[in-house]
Amino acid sequence: MSVQLNDDGELRHFLTTEGLEPQLLTRILDTAESFSGVIGKSVKTVPLLRGRTVINLFFESSTRTRTTFELAAKRLSADVLNVSVDTTTTKGESLLDMLHNLQAMQADMFVIRHAQSGAAEYFARHVNPGVAVLNAGDGWHAHPTQAMLDAFTIRQHKGAFEPLRIAIVGDIRHSRVARSQIHAFNGLGAGEIRVVAPNTLLPADIDSLGVQVFNDLSAGLRDVDVVIALRLQRERMQGALLPGEAEFFRHYGLTEARLQTAHPEAIVMHPGPINRGVEIDSALADGPRSVILDQVTNGIAVRMAVMTMVLGVAPDNTRATS
Amino acid sequence: MSRILIRNGRLIDPASGLDELGDIAVADGRIVGLGGNVADFTPDTQIDATGQWVIPGLIDLAARKADIASEARAAAAGGITTLVMPPDTDPVMDTPSVIDWVQHRADAAKGARVVPLGALTHGNQGTTLSSMAALAAAGCPAMSDGGTPISDSLVLRRALEYAQTFALPSLLTPLDQSLAGGFLHEGPTATRLGLAGVPVAAETAGLGRQIAVAKAAAARVHFGRLSSAEGVRLLSAARNDNRALSADVAIHHLFLTDQDAMDYDARFHINPPLRDIVDRQALRQALADGVIEVICSDHQPHDTDAKAGPFASTAAGASGIDTLLGLVLRLVEDEVVSLSAALASVTIAPARLLGLESGQLAQGAPADLVVVDPHSPWFCNAQTLNSRGANSPFIGWEFSARVCHTLVDGRLVHHTPE
Repeated sequence: MSVQLNDDGELRHFLTTEGLEPQLLTRILDTAESFSGVIGKSVKTVPLLRGRTVINLFFESSTRTRTTFELAAKRLSADVLNVSVDTTTTKGESLLDMLHNLQAMQADMFVIRHAQSGAAEYFARHVNPGVAVLNAGDGWHAHPTQAMLDAFTIRQHKGAFEPLRIAIVGDIRHSRVARSQIHAFNGLGAGEIRVVAPNTLLPADIDSLGVQVFNDLSAGLRDVDVVIALRLQRERMQGALLPGEAEFFRHYGLTEARLQTAHPEAIVMHPGPINRGVEIDSALADGPRSVILDQVTNGIAVRMAVMTMVLGVAPDNTRATS
Repeated sequence: MSRILIRNGRLIDPASGLDELGDIAVADGRIVGLGGNVADFTPDTQIDATGQWVIPGLIDLAARKADIASEARAAAAGGITTLVMPPDTDPVMDTPSVIDWVQHRADAAKGARVVPLGALTHGNQGTTLSSMAALAAAGCPAMSDGGTPISDSLVLRRALEYAQTFALPSLLTPLDQSLAGGFLHEGPTATRLGLAGVPVAAETAGLGRQIAVAKAAAARVHFGRLSSAEGVRLLSAARNDNRALSADVAIHHLFLTDQDAMDYDARFHINPPLRDIVDRQALRQALADGVIEVICSDHQPHDTDAKAGPFASTAAGASGIDTLLGLVLRLVEDEVVSLSAALASVTIAPARLLGLESGQLAQGAPADLVVVDPHSPWFCNAQTLNSRGANSPFIGWEFSARVCHTLVDGRLVHHTPE
């Protein structure tokens, strides 16, 4: 799994938060913090990626993630190319052929989202040396920049991770966000990570990733500092996984009342897009506990940080300054 | 036909327990003398087997192939003299004409023999019975579901009963397909990788139903490719009151686990999936205890493109005929089973299941023989694989024994240069 690290232990791709040293995870957050000032200033760009080409290669539709990657690249002065691939119309061309063609356009970095777990790692193993791959979501496996922007947002509001209890609620089984959060928060030393879901939405042996498993929402939220609701895709609400969205909301939907058992200053997060009234009540999503819009803003800084780190041009990077 | 004398080899025959130095004389496709009883034999060809083993050619109970000719020759190079081919070919082996065509192709290849299994139902559809008597007359020694379980239990019962009418064993796939919509053993590795898992229950739910139906049908039934400790337990209990049940295991399940796929390496995308270390140990123990009697390669060669891409988009299956003998002998080195028992699982055991004459060193038996140098190590890599399928999970492994000569039906079909 070290395909994302070079011999010095530095990021050369960013594929997963699993197995990363705490120092490296912290450095991503620190680098992002140095960029978050950039966003607030009137001059919003820095020239760190001037002359570099970033290709956003999205095999799954996305608005928020693709947009924030694009903004991040532009604020680093990179040239950005967005490629949306409809896999139903490109059956003839293999992934590798497509990759080789895009590489021939002198890309320095691919930002890849794909419906299949392991797709980003597959690309990373096949790109030319010096070309970086950022995983913008692969199947149920990983969405590492989302997890890091969540960690950034938590640190912004709560400080150190060690005393924190964090609950992740909802469709854990199909969630690449949850898996990446679990690895990132564990790597950053979070006190306790809980997952709360009905058994049909929990993958086998999820406890092996280092979480406490709860079926009951009130018990799962007791004394937690951070509550993260996951998106429940509508196509999963019928059929054998769940009887319907009303029953799901009744037992697992987040409301102000359900947060009674949580820490009084608990914050509420959601990776978006929100299904209001399914996994979270509107009053809570728009209320004072919610940091959902902070997550979106922080996404830009975190992606800027990772983009500069994988190309070795991060502001605090010794290779860049020597 | 030529007369061949293999001289001074260590003759190892699991069927009879023979293990001694001696000669084997071959004429007209048969063994005409062995051990001390080859005095007046005038050969055309002599093979000096000093320091080498002479064993029955391997019978591989499950081998699929894209190209019969190339794979039959690759099998011979790997010490396999009979490839048993499941009926899920295109077209399905459910009529004598398809069987004739397959055998014609195999004969022309001049490699390992190919023994076709007939489909239990038309088109492997699981709805209507195939013409089993005609298929048997065309050369099928047994019937099979071809990897797709017959989901209707009444059809299954009738198919088993009808096959039994003609003394044909039925080879079944222990699987409940509705539970098998995944890509890797359901467990921590699949959860980590974000891949849909295949639970052990996919095997045991299918196996339990088939055990019950087999008993009702009073039929000889063999289960192909057990993968789990639970499956072994279920079979072992069932065999206590029904000796007409047996099973095999694919060789890779005795060596690999789901953790081998942890880097999304598609060579480890296999059906049934590689399971965990407890399952692997239970399968090894089942072999040692005789609960599982047969080992097969479950050879499924794929071209490079079929194994390229993210894990779940790749074709399942491993190439196996090149490494079957080497891995079987490694079970002896690992002290799982004796040499005789290891060889029995790929020779006389599958021969008895299918009622074949081969699989043994005996006066009058077909001269399907392999001469093996037990001290000639080789590395498994893309260059040393003979199969068209480069999708071996054992690339990088070293094996201790090399096949020197392979005889099929008394003909020398493979010879490794010194």
